[in-house]
Amino acid sequence: MRNVTDTIIAETSRIILGKEQQIKLALACILARGHLLIEDLPGMGKTTLSHTLAQVLGLKFSRVQFTSDLLPADILGISVYDRNTASFKFHPGPVFTNVLLADEINRATPKTQSSLLEVMEEGQVTLEGETRKLPQPFFVIATQNPTYHIGTFPLPESQLDRFLMRIQLGYPDAKSERALLQDNGGRNNVSKINPCIDANGLSGLQQAVRDIHISDALLDYLQALLDYTRTSGKFSAGLSPRAGLGLKQCAQAWALMHGRDFALPEDVQAILPGIAEHRLHPANRADAVADIGTHLLNAVAIP
Amino acid sequence: MAKVDIDTTAPKPSSNDLHWLLGSLTLVMAMHVSHLALWVSLLIAGFGGWRYLVDKKAWGLPKLVILIPITIAATIGIAVTYHGLFGRDASVALLALMLALKLMETYTRRDYIVVIFIAYFLTINTFLFSQTLPVGAFMLLPILALTSTLIGVHHYSHAYGWRFKTKLAGSIIAQALPIMIVFFILFPRMPGPLWSVPRDANSGMSGLSDSMEPGSINKLSLSGATAFRVEFQENPPAQKQLYWRGPVLSYYDGRTWRINRQTYIPETLETTGNPTNYTVTLEPHNRNWILMLDLPSSTPPDTQLSSDRQVLSKDPIRTRIRYSGSSYTSYKLADQLEDRQRKLLLQLPPKQNPKSRELAASWLESQDSPEKIVQNALSMFRNQPFIYTLSPPILGDNPVDDFIFNTKRGFCEHYASSFVFLMRAAGVPARVVTGYQGGELNPVNNYLIVRQSDAHAWAEVWLKDRGWVRVDPTAAVAPERIERNIAESVDDSEALSLMSRRDYPLLRKLYLNWDAANNGWNQWVLGYNQERQMQLLRYLTGDKLSWDDLVIALLVMAGIVLSVLCYFLLRGKRLKRDPIQNIYNDFLRKLAKSGLQRYDHEGPVDFSIRACRRLPQKSVQIEEITQAYTNLRYAKNFASIAAFKQLVNAF
Repeated sequence: MRNVTDTIIAETSRIILGKEQQIKLALACILARGHLLIEDLPGMGKTTLSHTLAQVLGLKFSRVQFTSDLLPADILGISVYDRNTASFKFHPGPVFTNVLLADEINRATPKTQSSLLEVMEEGQVTLEGETRKLPQPFFVIATQNPTYHIGTFPLPESQLDRFLMRIQLGYPDAKSERALLQDNGGRNNVSKINPCIDANGLSGLQQAVRDIHISDALLDYLQALLDYTRTSGKFSAGLSPRAGLGLKQCAQAWALMHGRDFALPEDVQAILPGIAEHRLHPANRADAVADIGTHLLNAVAIP
Repeated sequence: MAKVDIDTTAPKPSSNDLHWLLGSLTLVMAMHVSHLALWVSLLIAGFGGWRYLVDKKAWGLPKLVILIPITIAATIGIAVTYHGLFGRDASVALLALMLALKLMETYTRRDYIVVIFIAYFLTINTFLFSQTLPVGAFMLLPILALTSTLIGVHHYSHAYGWRFKTKLAGSIIAQALPIMIVFFILFPRMPGPLWSVPRDANSGMSGLSDSMEPGSINKLSLSGATAFRVEFQENPPAQKQLYWRGPVLSYYDGRTWRINRQTYIPETLETTGNPTNYTVTLEPHNRNWILMLDLPSSTPPDTQLSSDRQVLSKDPIRTRIRYSGSSYTSYKLADQLEDRQRKLLLQLPPKQNPKSRELAASWLESQDSPEKIVQNALSMFRNQPFIYTLSPPILGDNPVDDFIFNTKRGFCEHYASSFVFLMRAAGVPARVVTGYQGGELNPVNNYLIVRQSDAHAWAEVWLKDRGWVRVDPTAAVAPERIERNIAESVDDSEALSLMSRRDYPLLRKLYLNWDAANNGWNQWVLGYNQERQMQLLRYLTGDKLSWDDLVIALLVMAGIVLSVLCYFLLRGKRLKRDPIQNIYNDFLRKLAKSGLQRYDHEGPVDFSIRACRRLPQKSVQIEEITQAYTNLRYAKNFASIAAFKQLVNAF
């Protein structure tokens, strides 16, 4: 299975140059059945990364460009009266897919953002009293600009907590930048890459992640981390139990990607910043730590 | 001034914190309620209730305009009630009341901390009033509650339950105990108290007085309080020889016997037989004499013998003291009497008790020897229907006549007083001696308990060639009072203190054990003074220690205790955890010797990579060990601990 994940990473790296770490985190998030939030400045390759991932994973995907006038029906679908059959017929929205690319999610109004809530949590859509299942696997990859940008509606905490992981891309290094400029990667080449796996294969991988062994000693560490965020007084609110579960599943995915059938503290440490940083806020400004993830890792001893 | 580092952005203490604070203060005040004036206690309770309502009903704290007049009025009230603001009672009442008032402006975290620390101080003040074992034990309760409150106030980011708080507070107190014990034993002790206890601390102590009138000892006999405890070095003397000599009363004004303040040439003493050696622990009685077995041959330090062989201390006995004594039960005291002394010892107020004088005169007329006169009086007590009772009738203007010829019911002071009267009237020099008689041997630790109810009065007559002879007229009436104890000699219906009774054997046994525990507390905790400290250290080290040695010993012991505590606090938990971790810790310790320290937050694999980079020549071993460790600790398969251990041992 390591081969599969390695191939996926290698293939994606052909498009997103020099960002192997972020690609691995994104993959871990997907293997842990989580939704992914990519946050960065415009033009850093957020959309390309999501695009590429969907393509490499061989999944059906739809892309929705979020704007301030986007309505829930535009995502979920709408029932239209059909004169021939004299009944309402449901026209599924772009959400009925494997991968929903929610581009610039924080440009939409809170109403539209929250219409994604049920979809993300339950994997189903309830419209006009009828519940429709989404295809499996289903996950959302959302991109957003930093919240201080003009024309954004910051995602509410409840919605942020539904994203298992948030990653940031950052500028490419000089070598990658040169390759990009030489047209050896980037958006234009997305169509050239081959799917390395299909929906069934991905489900199999996701199942394998669940079987990765987590020892009691590691659970002690996880709990120590969660407890620290809740009791140290450094954060206005600690990590939720959902975040704790996500932490465990991501660590399992990370272990699987590294060819182990058990998780190590290092696995937890690798994925922790991606899971914790968008959920934690410093309790008081004067005491703010610049890098929440690193602070957390250094503050909690491995039992 | 050092700035107190308190997080100003932290939230204000919660209602829960306030309830804890009020609860702890209730416990603290409970320790003081018995000696606070009623209005002070009520006012304190009122402030507590007010503060509770302020929080519950969100009333808002009272303004200074209201508080300042209350403070002034309360201070004046205390000054009036206690006649001033100084002294023990007034100061403690003022402190308690001001603490309660402080509650009315307690709002921020800092206020809470101030209140808690004052409350600690107030708790300690209880020792100014009583230092008994139960008080010491009960004091742990407010200390525990205050510490829990303090923990709650500090852990504002998380509302901990009472279980967590009390457990943490308990373990903090438990951790302090070894240090406390070391300091208790080794901290250099000053001779005498560090500061003088205010004078009013000694009010309400009971004991013998320097005068005797009908009814004065009678009153004492109702008290079960301990007067003193005695340990004998050898077997204790027989019960009927246990006369504890106290004030000697030679001056009689017709109703009251008093101590003679004049001094004479000290009476000579010849002794026969072996001395009885013993150690007395005397409860404070606020008078300047100490009690010793009749007849003391030497005096403890800081005391002197009066001319009539009473042992006087320099200062009133205000704290429990311990002294050793040596006495002879057979002796010959005072070969000769000075003329003016003889005059005093025959002194009687004129024209009182004519019938008794007549009786004495009749003995004198029949030319009886002094010995015969003594016998006459004793056989009168023995043969006529005299009754020994705790509740004698009131006597009139001629008390001796009234007693001998009418009522014939009396307590020891009636017998002693009338006997000495008769002797003096018949020309035999005589005096009253007060003190204690008997006592109860506590089988638990084999020491003698002498209670206030054992207070007694007897007589001494001076006979030519024999010197002073002790005569106990009470023994003629109620021999069992002397041979056994007071409970045997009075009717069951008489009001006697519970502790002197013999009706409830089980209660008795419990009581004796309890008294033994108290005695131990007094001897070893309260009575641990400079002398005992030196004694103990000499016993431990076999050498006399100087102050310098003591300070060094203190520092060393405190250091040892602290290191042991640190060891258990910092490493104990980890060491105990599991064998795999222990072996891995061994490995870490070995690596630490090469200057390679694992960070607490560093994963084993990360650490191994770093270690291999530092010690490339050992990288194979390091990787093997790390592999074995992670397999054992994190993987599902059950690898062998023995192999892991071997790897680490070989490292």
